[in-house]
Amino acid sequence: MADHARALKAEPDSSNLPFIYREYGREQLMDALRRMHLIRQFEEGAEESYMRGLIHGTMHLSIGQEASAMGICMPLTVEDQITSTHRGHGHCIAKGAEVARMFAEFFGKTTGYCAGRGGSMHIADVTTGNLGANGIVGGGLPIAVGAALTAKRLKTGKVVVCFFGDGANNEGAFHESLNMASVWSLPVIFVCENNGYGMSTSTARSTAVANIADRAPAYGMPGVIVDGNVLSDVAEATHNAVQRARRGEGPTLIETKTYRYRGHSKSDRNRYRTKDEIEDWMTNRDPIARYEAQLQEFGIASPEQIEAVREAVRQEIAAGIEFAKDSPMPEISGLADNVYTEGA
Amino acid sequence: MNAVPRELSYSQAIQEAMALAMEADERVILMGEDIGVYGGAFQVTGDLIERFGPDRVMDTPISELGGAGVAVGAAVTGLRPIFEFQFSDFAALAMEQIVNQAAKMRYMLGGAVSVPVVMRFPAGSGTGAAAQHSQSLEAWLGHVPGLKVIQPATPHDAKGMLLAAIEDPDPVMIFEHKLLYKMKGAVPEGRYTVPIGKAEVRRQGRDLTIVATSIMVHKSLEAAQMLAAEGIDVEVIDLRTVRPMDRETVIASVCKTSRLMCVYEAVKTLGIGAEVSAMVAESEAFDFLDAPIVRLGGAETPIPYNPDLEKATVPQVGDIVAAARALVTGAR
Repeated sequence: MADHARALKAEPDSSNLPFIYREYGREQLMDALRRMHLIRQFEEGAEESYMRGLIHGTMHLSIGQEASAMGICMPLTVEDQITSTHRGHGHCIAKGAEVARMFAEFFGKTTGYCAGRGGSMHIADVTTGNLGANGIVGGGLPIAVGAALTAKRLKTGKVVVCFFGDGANNEGAFHESLNMASVWSLPVIFVCENNGYGMSTSTARSTAVANIADRAPAYGMPGVIVDGNVLSDVAEATHNAVQRARRGEGPTLIETKTYRYRGHSKSDRNRYRTKDEIEDWMTNRDPIARYEAQLQEFGIASPEQIEAVREAVRQEIAAGIEFAKDSPMPEISGLADNVYTEGA
Repeated sequence: MNAVPRELSYSQAIQEAMALAMEADERVILMGEDIGVYGGAFQVTGDLIERFGPDRVMDTPISELGGAGVAVGAAVTGLRPIFEFQFSDFAALAMEQIVNQAAKMRYMLGGAVSVPVVMRFPAGSGTGAAAQHSQSLEAWLGHVPGLKVIQPATPHDAKGMLLAAIEDPDPVMIFEHKLLYKMKGAVPEGRYTVPIGKAEVRRQGRDLTIVATSIMVHKSLEAAQMLAAEGIDVEVIDLRTVRPMDRETVIASVCKTSRLMCVYEAVKTLGIGAEVSAMVAESEAFDFLDAPIVRLGGAETPIPYNPDLEKATVPQVGDIVAAARALVTGAR
């Protein structure tokens, strides 16, 4: 996206505007809005489908974290790669996946991205660079470093973004991965989406430092803290980290401070946080509302245009759910498909 | 004409396989602790760093979990990493990446990726390294669908099976018994592969089938020779691959000999012997059995330090001879 139009950049009065309004054209800014709505409505659609018994298992919703997913993916090319987490639906959409095939995966259908074998926790779209969500906290960190090693060794020019949550920062894999990425100066960006809680345990109770990014100096890399609910701030930090990675200067740790409106998973009774706290984030710090206010303030979109985006997304979501419903279930005879490569 | 076949040690054979693969394919890289200028804890990588440089013979930090995961991520995205664990026991530190990631990634993603990673595990007792550096853990990984697990027993197979593993699109775990590293044997020059999933009959016999793995193949062959002097004719099968296991070769042999003994160094319970025994018991070979199946495995203890105790932990040639004799003569 970063290579395309930069319509506002040349305007004389644009220099004080936040980063994305200087860096991207209207089309890209509106596409970012569309994808943020797509993430939210996808999550709502998945939740409703779950309640109606169309999706089984469990899922981890990222409602409230849309600016983090979108802001991180905005400066990436389609060739750049990501590793994602159990709370990964937003990452998948922000990187370019189709919601219809995501719904199909959640419904366990053959048309899903993982042919119905992965579900919510392993959603992936390798064609748009998403190497997969991960059911293991911290599981994707070493894999992202490995993908960055490939990029460096084969000189592909790719950058790898490694999403993880605040809970993962206390896994050994976090420390081993950041250290290796730095020692080998690899083109990887570690993105900690800090929503305040690892399941029920707050970062204050689990983590010995005030900010996850405070750990960056221990691994010889920059640590950047951003408001994860402000799209432009997230995109700017990522843009800088991408530039650094592409210059061969190594990894960056970005911490996006954000919040999940829903519980950890479907079993969560929300006993570890207050209604007031949740209400405050939803009312005063919602990432989509803040982005929409800016789009209007800077004259990029009218309320009607914004509503048109929402409506188009509603239709895309409805069509996606229909596609999933109409898609075929896998044959039981294919149970062992892809345990190993055929013919190997 | 009639040239004496070239001999290499088991570790030289592995090194030669890695060098051939690296010459042929830029994507092949080696990763592991102290595999660079040090040459590896068992000198398997030796001087490869001088030929291929530190970018392709990569010393990792002492980070087994992370290192194994980097190898997995590199494999998924286009490299062909060969990851050396310093000791197989350290697999315990990396099980997450091996079991939850490498083994399942292709399946979980509906076939959208493959994971062509090779991991090498120096295994087994007999070096006085005690409980944390002497285990045989191949059955752990053999229990995981998505992994292939092999145990080459000869220098010839060490080279040929490693080359097959590097070529394989799926993750292959290689358990190499440390006492085999110095063993010499005929190794052809150049590139060849030995298929994964095929056992090898090392000695033909009529009275008893011994299914052995790794170093126990050699101990079993030695025992078979002693038993031959007593008129007991033993067939020795080198299992070579733990997963996927070669049913046909084992079952055909037991149908012929009517007796089965499994010999392996790992802890006896819940191990490869149990799997081989069950495989035979569930097969047409069951009707041919003239005696109960016997398993000869490691003791139900950690590996002790004291050399006499250490030896007593795993089957020795004398144990195999005695157990085979009892099985064939019915003097149990």
